[in-house]
Amino acid sequence: MDEARLRQQAIGVRLRQMFDEVVNEQVPDEFLEILRRADSRSSENG
Amino acid sequence: MADDGRQLKPAAAPRSAADDEAFKRELVQLIPHLRAFARTLCGDPAAADDLAQDAMMKAWDARASFQMGTNMKAWTFMILRNQFYSEKRRSWRQSQLDQEAAERTLVAVDDPEAPVALDELRQGLTMLPPEQREALILVGAGGFAYEEAAEICGCAVGTVKSRVSRARRALHAILDEGNYDRDGASAGDAMRSILADAERLSTVR
Repeated sequence: MDEARLRQQAIGVRLRQMFDEVVNEQVPDEFLEILRRADSRSSENG
Repeated sequence: MADDGRQLKPAAAPRSAADDEAFKRELVQLIPHLRAFARTLCGDPAAADDLAQDAMMKAWDARASFQMGTNMKAWTFMILRNQFYSEKRRSWRQSQLDQEAAERTLVAVDDPEAPVALDELRQGLTMLPPEQREALILVGAGGFAYEEAAEICGCAVGTVKSRVSRARRALHAILDEGNYDRDGASAGDAMRSILADAERLSTVR
């Protein structure tokens, strides 16, 4: 059914928007901070 | 940890600082995607960020086992998902839904191309069984091929395909019932009673 397909497309578009909205948020500094700390730990040990 | 690795696997080429740097660069680029996937699993943004951070660190600690040049996005998503399920983290409150009944009540909408309201979509997603929700998110929003999603979820490709297609049908049914309600047009009684049941079940507990 064509109408169902169109509806699925509209839902799909919104689903991607919902996901991309978070993807496009600025990453909290905490993430990079944690990674930086782990990286410096491993280079000290290595 | 690096010392242990060398002792256990003397034949393996030692990891260079450049390897770590390349790995880290790629991992950093994936953080936004890990956050988005975690958000769909957890619902709650703060819990989702905790999960994404844990997954990021797990990936970093396991970097020696990652083959550079292969799909790091799928690899990190798999780590995040395993982390989520192994700890049985708090997920969205699962509403009860008779999915087969919902799919039977698929109704025609006035304008099939009309935009879908975001909050209704979020609500609709909470009504799906978790394995259908994650399959739909990975394929429909995360941009993964069915084969990749199957790898991430640890199931067969056919299983992913069927979960995605059931999730799509159910979501369609749930959302368009919502549209009818809002317009004041007559809503399918079956669906309304399902939603009422779901509401009752979730408040009783």
